[in-house]
Amino acid sequence: MKAPDFRAPHVGPDSLPHQARLLELWETAPGLKGFFTTVDHKKIGIRYIVTAFIFLLLGGIEALIMRVQLAQPNSSLLTPAQYDQLFSTHGMTMIFLYASPILSGFSNYLWPLIFGSRDMAFPRLNAFSYWVYLAAGIFLYTGFLTGNGPNDGWFNYVPYALKDYNPGLNEDFYSLGMVLLGISTTVGAANFIVTAFRTRAPGMSINRMPLMIWGTLTASVANLLVVPAVSLAFFLLWMDRQFGTHFFDTAGSGQPLLWQHLFWIFGHPWVYAIVLPAMGMVSDGLPVFCRRPLVGHSVVALSTVATMILGFGVWVHHMFATGLPGLGLAFFSGASIMIVLPSAVAVFAWLATIWYGRPVITTAFLFFSSMILLFVIGGVSGFMTASVPVDWQLTDTYFVVAHLHYVLLGINVFPVVGALYFWFPKMTGRLLDERLGRWNFWTMFIGFNLAFLPMHLTGLFGMPRRIYTYQDGMGWDTLNLITSIGSFVLALGVLLLIVNVVKSLVRGPVAGNNPWDAASLEWSVASPPPPYNFAVIPTVASRHPLWESRLKESELVSSIDRGMLLDDAKETIATTALDATPHMVLEMPEDTAAPLLLAVGLAVVFVGMLLKAWPITGVGGCIALVALLIWLWPRRELREREPSPGPVREPIHG
Amino acid sequence: MNTVPLNYLSAAGERAQTTLPLTYWTIGVAVVVCTVIAALLVAAVRHSAARRGGSIEMRNAPLVSGGRGIKWISVGVGVSLIPLLVTLVWTMVALAKESGPPGDAPLTLDITALQWWWQVQYDAAVPDQSFITANEIHIPVGRRVLVRLHGGDVIHSFWVPQLAGKTDLIPGQVNVAWLQAARPGRFRGQCGEYCGFQHSHMQFEVVADAPADFERWRAHQLEDAPAPMTPEQARGLQVVEYRCGLCHEVRGTTAGAITAPDLTHLMSRRTIAAGMLPTGVGTLGSWIEAAQELKPGTLMPDQHLSANELSDTLAYLETLR
Repeated sequence: MKAPDFRAPHVGPDSLPHQARLLELWETAPGLKGFFTTVDHKKIGIRYIVTAFIFLLLGGIEALIMRVQLAQPNSSLLTPAQYDQLFSTHGMTMIFLYASPILSGFSNYLWPLIFGSRDMAFPRLNAFSYWVYLAAGIFLYTGFLTGNGPNDGWFNYVPYALKDYNPGLNEDFYSLGMVLLGISTTVGAANFIVTAFRTRAPGMSINRMPLMIWGTLTASVANLLVVPAVSLAFFLLWMDRQFGTHFFDTAGSGQPLLWQHLFWIFGHPWVYAIVLPAMGMVSDGLPVFCRRPLVGHSVVALSTVATMILGFGVWVHHMFATGLPGLGLAFFSGASIMIVLPSAVAVFAWLATIWYGRPVITTAFLFFSSMILLFVIGGVSGFMTASVPVDWQLTDTYFVVAHLHYVLLGINVFPVVGALYFWFPKMTGRLLDERLGRWNFWTMFIGFNLAFLPMHLTGLFGMPRRIYTYQDGMGWDTLNLITSIGSFVLALGVLLLIVNVVKSLVRGPVAGNNPWDAASLEWSVASPPPPYNFAVIPTVASRHPLWESRLKESELVSSIDRGMLLDDAKETIATTALDATPHMVLEMPEDTAAPLLLAVGLAVVFVGMLLKAWPITGVGGCIALVALLIWLWPRRELREREPSPGPVREPIHG
Repeated sequence: MNTVPLNYLSAAGERAQTTLPLTYWTIGVAVVVCTVIAALLVAAVRHSAARRGGSIEMRNAPLVSGGRGIKWISVGVGVSLIPLLVTLVWTMVALAKESGPPGDAPLTLDITALQWWWQVQYDAAVPDQSFITANEIHIPVGRRVLVRLHGGDVIHSFWVPQLAGKTDLIPGQVNVAWLQAARPGRFRGQCGEYCGFQHSHMQFEVVADAPADFERWRAHQLEDAPAPMTPEQARGLQVVEYRCGLCHEVRGTTAGAITAPDLTHLMSRRTIAAGMLPTGVGTLGSWIEAAQELKPGTLMPDQHLSANELSDTLAYLETLR
């Protein structure tokens, strides 16, 4: 059935009046109004990055306080209660409030630019996802700052998290905050999936999709499948605590192990969800500095997906010591050992890319290439924990702490800082200082390895994790001192990054559209990009639209300067999922306060639940309902329409 | 004593000895892989830098393509598969050897972990041959000992690195593990799962005795506490029965609660407060008076005894050998 206003989009060249018209349609209002109502993916992306980075700094400060406490035996700087909240909050912050949101930030900012599109598929949902993330972060930190932070580690085992052993508000803050955060993650993941499948530029068929997209897409599918498990677990915990249900309480035949299964069936896929997008960043960034396409693009894309699929079948390796039957352990042990293989694909693809390339040693290259080594160190220690009998010794010692920090810093923080050096010019129009960049890299690299490489030995010497102090004579004194010193060197490196960002924002060299001579579409637009991203929707004919004339990859030529104009209203194009042929014109929503209002409403609901003040929950529910009504109110101008295929396609390959 | 008491790179019992070569193998694989990848990374950067000849500005660096990169992936993954398969098979063999309780265990212990100490019950066919002690586990050397693990409150994990890896103690289920010590000695154990404020100081000791020594120890543990010999000790017993008896047991007296460590043979154990302090009248005195300061959050309250009460109590406790 055809809509009455059916018409094909005009195709033409870029022009100044056209740009002016688009600017009028797309620009966010200035001032506070624009701040609270914008749905521009670039603004939302930068907000995600800045917020996540602030959480990284908070988590880092918590870590430094703990490292002062652990620098020597029998230290009494912190009480056990303080230490327990610090290590739990540190884990919660880094894993939930930094590691995933920072990647969402980069993806939010970059995806439409990489896709040759004008925004994410659901811009309002995108704004909503950010506001809920912010609300959940503030909610969780309100707990911590009022002395009610989580105190049972980030994986929060019951029964210690139940009311009998944990009577304060600590676990209520944590469980409700995590349910709230889960809403943000879920809607964000749904948005990424639809954006990846439906808004790629015409011609960007699925085999031409950059690897960062594969990483985030795979992670988003995983999130959509597993976040419900953890949201449910935290909700059941809250019910056990507040209403005396017995999901986990053995007094009512509840099962403590139920918590562990629900948590880790989420938790292990989540680990891949917070590294696969960062691996994708390396797969896209490293080749630019090696001046060649990535070796084995398709194999790396497939191994990304394979990692995730295997990643659903390894969660029990967190539970090897819980007394499960040997046959079950054997299965999960085998899967955990074999998951090394798809990761090895990526490692050798990166190495071959460097070998057959002509690398230009920039700061971003240093961060990306050093990540290969850190990834391998984190990978082989993970392989060790996959072997059940070995893990019975390793588990819950500092060996695991060293392992997970190599994974999370090595495969998340290092690529993210590299990505910042790489994409900062696109976001701000200015390059980061390369000389300061070298100092930044080497300080972080040396500090990190000084802190965490000896920690493997601390673990092998039997130091249990999560202890607030240790006695002397255990053989751990020197190792802990080295780790504490290393952690401060690492912190100095992060400080240098901040100095570099501040300095370069003011005085950095102007970047131009494509300072690195990179291959993908985001580098074809101005830095920073205009609110509408692309004046004309480009058409893509290869994996490397900006390199194809030199690489001679294909006969076809991408069209960057000429394409669909789509300037009748706030519009962009939707394409088919696999081949990316134009399918319909997407009518994009105007800026609106509805997402913010809905997030505020939800936050009020959760505050009411926390305080068991049901009237407050009711008020929050009403706010949320009003926000939803505003959001979903039918509007004629938001009706999507299909273009006729003929006139659109004709000039594309012309 | 071992200079690194919880080190699991040395093994003194059957289970740990089964695991240790596998641990060393995986460490070896890990170190070799890291070294090879680091070498390849450095070589790759130098190789391509040499071919390019000197540094070049980003903007005018020419693009290249081609190369036999896919070979790297297939060879790399193929070579990686070998140690992975070896590890897989070895893991299954070791797992089969270590798991499953031995059918021939001559001794069975029921161990209950509580915040933040270990209750150990020695089972016997005849009830009066069974007894309860705490935090120090004696086993006969060379024999396999079956251990039934109970979670008393939250989750803890039973771990004696030099004898065996961890098995959790989880409320609502009974996990089974086994121990064997190949040589006499004292082996440090530690709670391996975060369990609250004093997880750090939740230790214990496994003492492997020669069989004759073990039987002697066991016979001694079955005895009740001796009657007080002096008026001082007698007054001390009154304090113990009146105050300590609310939580602790001293067999042969009216102090008969079992929510805290059994004190009947307190002084025969090498440490107090779950491995935290060496046993002695001095440490015992400070523990009774200032447990909260020594081990913040412990369920043992500060006692605020008068000086006389304290010295009487200590005089009595000292007899619990």
